[in-house]
Amino acid sequence: MFAYTLKRLLQMIPALLGIIVITFILSRVLPGDPAIMLAGEQAPPETVDKIRQDMGLDKSLYLQFFTYFGQLFQGDIGYAYHTGHSVASDLASRFPATLELTLASILIAIVVAIPVGIIAATRKESVIDHISRVFSLIGACVPIFWLGLMFVYIFYSILGWAPAPMGRISGDLNPPTHITGLYVLDSLLTGDTAALKSSLAHLLLPAICLSTGTMAIVARMTRSSMLEVVDQDFVRTARAKGLKESAVIYRHALVNALIPTLTVLGLQFGYLMGGAVITETIFAWPGIGGYVTDSILAADYAPIQAFTLISAILYCGINLAVDLIYGTIDPRIRYE
Amino acid sequence: MSTAAQTAQGVPPKPAAPSKPTTLWSLLLHNRLAAVGLAFILLWTVIALIAPWIAPYDPYATDMANKLQPPSAGHWFGTDNFGRDILSRVLYGARISIWTGLIAVAISFFIGVPLGGIAAYYGGRTGTVIMRVMDVLLSFPSLVLSMAIAASIGAGLSSAMIAVGVVGIPEFARLMFGQTVSLREKEYVEASRAIGVKDSVILYRHILPNALAPLLVQATLGMGFAILTASSLSFLGLGVKPPIAEWGAMISEGREYIISGQWWLVTFPGLSIATSILGFNLLGDGFRDVLDPRLRSGK
Repeated sequence: MFAYTLKRLLQMIPALLGIIVITFILSRVLPGDPAIMLAGEQAPPETVDKIRQDMGLDKSLYLQFFTYFGQLFQGDIGYAYHTGHSVASDLASRFPATLELTLASILIAIVVAIPVGIIAATRKESVIDHISRVFSLIGACVPIFWLGLMFVYIFYSILGWAPAPMGRISGDLNPPTHITGLYVLDSLLTGDTAALKSSLAHLLLPAICLSTGTMAIVARMTRSSMLEVVDQDFVRTARAKGLKESAVIYRHALVNALIPTLTVLGLQFGYLMGGAVITETIFAWPGIGGYVTDSILAADYAPIQAFTLISAILYCGINLAVDLIYGTIDPRIRYE
Repeated sequence: MSTAAQTAQGVPPKPAAPSKPTTLWSLLLHNRLAAVGLAFILLWTVIALIAPWIAPYDPYATDMANKLQPPSAGHWFGTDNFGRDILSRVLYGARISIWTGLIAVAISFFIGVPLGGIAAYYGGRTGTVIMRVMDVLLSFPSLVLSMAIAASIGAGLSSAMIAVGVVGIPEFARLMFGQTVSLREKEYVEASRAIGVKDSVILYRHILPNALAPLLVQATLGMGFAILTASSLSFLGLGVKPPIAEWGAMISEGREYIISGQWWLVTFPGLSIATSILGFNLLGDGFRDVLDPRLRSGK
């Protein structure tokens, strides 16, 4: 297992180099000139030249690449002109908000979609099966930005159930004492019930919005892999030896059907990174996604490229982690 | 009558078996969900083609006296913050969305397919390099990569098309790679090579037509993905810019009015995006079911 993990980590190195090269190409080689973008179309040539020199864009491409590469290794992922801070510090301060939102949406997807997929498969052609299939179809087609706005309209404007889509906690409350940076967890740990209620209320709608696409895909995948498993001999044997139906489904069928679901969950991480940008914009969530949108609007380049780089690295890492979890779920899988 | 026939022949006459569909199109039309998908696609394509003739108003004509009007007999979908007719803008928006989808998928197809074909046909170092680059592209989350590309080129319709198109290249390359690897060993390919047919001709005339089915499925599903991603880019300010009537940009413009209850500004463009994507997804899934004999027999 250790040897396999090490081998996979080593195999990731060329991929990571490729990711760095592509991020570099995106930032330096494509037609858009970052210096003009930063200075504005109407800026005098001297100002553009000065910015170009400051950014090192007047040097050769090779030199620029090695400078960029060296900076990355020192943890320098650029400077955000629109905030006046380094991108690394901006991302670090916003990371807990995005982590909280993403974790909540994954949790919702798992808690809702896996049971729905199981019920749909075990009661094929029932009402719940039809509802789950329609939901899976619609969930994959509805744009997340539209869904978020409709949630705001229905649950805030009409029903008044949700708080205003403005951040992580009500403006009249202080955030809970910082322990992990996740407001719900911190308020639980410190016993701050007012902050807990408010942070949960603020989290719920964006988390459901972000998880909708994932729920649709996970429910669909769980249903189809369960359908393949429930007809197999070992499930029939488990039933024949008189096991309770719940034991047959959860201890025999589900464990064998979980691998494809887990794969899809890993792949969904990429969708969640993109979705977080949109969801955070709609709900004024002070995370990395909202920061990226602000950078887009300010034509500030470095944060977008840094976000792209970090997303790709995390995406590779999470998919590796998913590969490693396979063996825990299914002991027949051996790593060599 | 039936008793007479039964007595005359000795056995009861069998009811005529319903004829089984055989061609791709008839199989597809017998798949109910695929037929619904096709209907949505046809609807939006026809709307895109005839939008100038059926739109009740000029989609760009402002009328500040009638701004933010809810749906009514005069304006079926209401008016936006500049008094523009939302129905007309939705109808014109179909042109941009379908066009964006087509160009983006064409970019993915016409770059990805040759790359995948060449990588598999020649193999060796060229093939490895091409496919490793494709793997690296796939390691970026798709919306994030398209955002980065669009941000690099600068916002606009064409940059959205390029961004979405580039993101789709690796999928086509991988599919074509897999198909070519299995087809290049076939006798007819070997025979063509033996009689001296050029490699490019073998790839284009012999391998591509036989690899087309899964590519067609991918292209159909890719249209839905392209429309969704391009509208997301417009929503974020990286795609089509206002005042152009594009669905994602319309939702972006209308979002600040949702809190005050003016739902129609975002509802109708959103439903348009959802139904067009639904159409392509249903048709793509239908294609896949029809082309996969295992799934067909299971129906």
